[in-house]
Amino acid sequence: MSEEDASVNLFAQQEANRRRSRWLVLGFILFFAWLGFGGDWIAYQLTAGNPPREYHHVVPWFGLLMMAIAAGIAAWIWRTGADRVLWSAGAQEVTTPSSPEEAQLANVVEEMAIASGVPKPRCWIVPDDDPNAFATGHDQQHAHIAVTRGLLRLCSRDELQAVIAHEMGHVKNLDVQLMTLLAGLVGAIALISDGLARVLRGGVRFGGGGGRSSGGGKKGAGNPLVLIVIALWFISWLLAPLITRVLALAVSRKREYLADAMSAQFTRNPGSLASALEKIEGAHAPTSAIKKGSAHLCIADPLGRRINESESWLSDRLATHPPMAIRIARLRAMGYQEQKRSGAFIASPTV
Amino acid sequence: MTIIVLLVIVAALAFWFIGGYNSLISLKNQVANAWKQIDVQLKRRHDLIPNLVNTVKGAMNFERDTLEAVVQARNQAIAVEKQGATVAQTAAVEAQLTGALSRLLAVVEAYPDLKATGNVAQLQEELTSTENRISFARQLYNDTATQYNTKQQQFPINLIAGAAGASVVELWEITDVAERAVPAVDLSMGSPPRRA
Repeated sequence: MSEEDASVNLFAQQEANRRRSRWLVLGFILFFAWLGFGGDWIAYQLTAGNPPREYHHVVPWFGLLMMAIAAGIAAWIWRTGADRVLWSAGAQEVTTPSSPEEAQLANVVEEMAIASGVPKPRCWIVPDDDPNAFATGHDQQHAHIAVTRGLLRLCSRDELQAVIAHEMGHVKNLDVQLMTLLAGLVGAIALISDGLARVLRGGVRFGGGGGRSSGGGKKGAGNPLVLIVIALWFISWLLAPLITRVLALAVSRKREYLADAMSAQFTRNPGSLASALEKIEGAHAPTSAIKKGSAHLCIADPLGRRINESESWLSDRLATHPPMAIRIARLRAMGYQEQKRSGAFIASPTV
Repeated sequence: MTIIVLLVIVAALAFWFIGGYNSLISLKNQVANAWKQIDVQLKRRHDLIPNLVNTVKGAMNFERDTLEAVVQARNQAIAVEKQGATVAQTAAVEAQLTGALSRLLAVVEAYPDLKATGNVAQLQEELTSTENRISFARQLYNDTATQYNTKQQQFPINLIAGAAGASVVELWEITDVAERAVPAVDLSMGSPPRRA
């Protein structure tokens, strides 16, 4: 019965992830539409009072352009987001294992693919000494698992297996799709708003005097509604990177517990993930190869932020990862229950 | 009015039937697929053994029995599976092979010189991985098969199990006592032994 529950849960989880991915893309495009058409409306109001001969902003070019750009970005990220994430981490693919470590990694990934019943993902190594791992990809058929060199060096075979199983859990319930999409959108918005801020700063200094001297603008600017929209419009430009980042944070906390549980399900050995997490936590130097935009993809927060260590309301919203201590405690409890069920405590003296 | 009510009931029943039927068929195919996975991994193990035996043969003249037991168990497993064995039969011969292999690996552990050879270490990793793959494939098969068995026996799905051609499938039970004891032997490369 519990197994059936698990499969129903998995199906619901996959569906929820697909739905959230679609909403995310829609939200992204709508947000850009607001930025575009909002600008058009402002321009329309400002030019409405102009004499008939002068320019009237009637066709919403700006909005149409922004929608097209947003759709283009979303489509591009949808298709190549995983490649972007791997590229930004500097990951190298393991195609033909050249060292025993790499051979072991390839074997372990294959084993976990069998255990989870998912096609074997491509595996990558990030040249970084801090132990960490992440999964990315578009769906189960196009998934990637990357680990750092530090993880390979630090973990035993069983622990590596547990970490890979955790990432396999993300692949199986399609977390990878949503999280990769989010990483891409966070990156795109950060990039655009950075660029725009630079342009605006230059532009205001440049055109400040010119704008005020034009008589036509004054009539429109007197309307309080126009002022409010202008204020909102600028605020949303400024807040965009922040909003997307908060989204990225909110989305990843519960997933880690779930993927931990799936790892235990695949390896039947929750203790090894617990000890792997302990080792990862012990190393705790920031993983410099992994940038802020893809932090929520990793098994442990690559930035080593303190907020992840508490379970308060605020950290629930602002942290990417649940507290390590709680994750480890939950895994240890699972291991204890597993042993109790299989009768290890009773059987061990006689065997 | 009664006709409408009747139609609604019939439609609901039809939908329920289609849903139940399809979920049974899907599970049945998953079980078949999981079984195929085991087959692939068993084949891989059978192919790996001659290679392993050749590598360690020269250095292990005085452990002939252990090596011969492995070769014999492998040949027997291949012979039995060729005849189209049941799950239980396959499980039994493969359990013997697993037991023989784990004894061989334990012996290899005891010869540090042999282990230091790059070739043997590599083979050992391959073998460890193969053993893991088999046990994970078995785990997936047993999980899927249990799900399938439970589903078709539960009321009311059991009413349409016959129509979907569903029948209870055998699980892969670990019968050999020697194999149950395997986790006690440390086969992995340098990892701490699992706690009891």
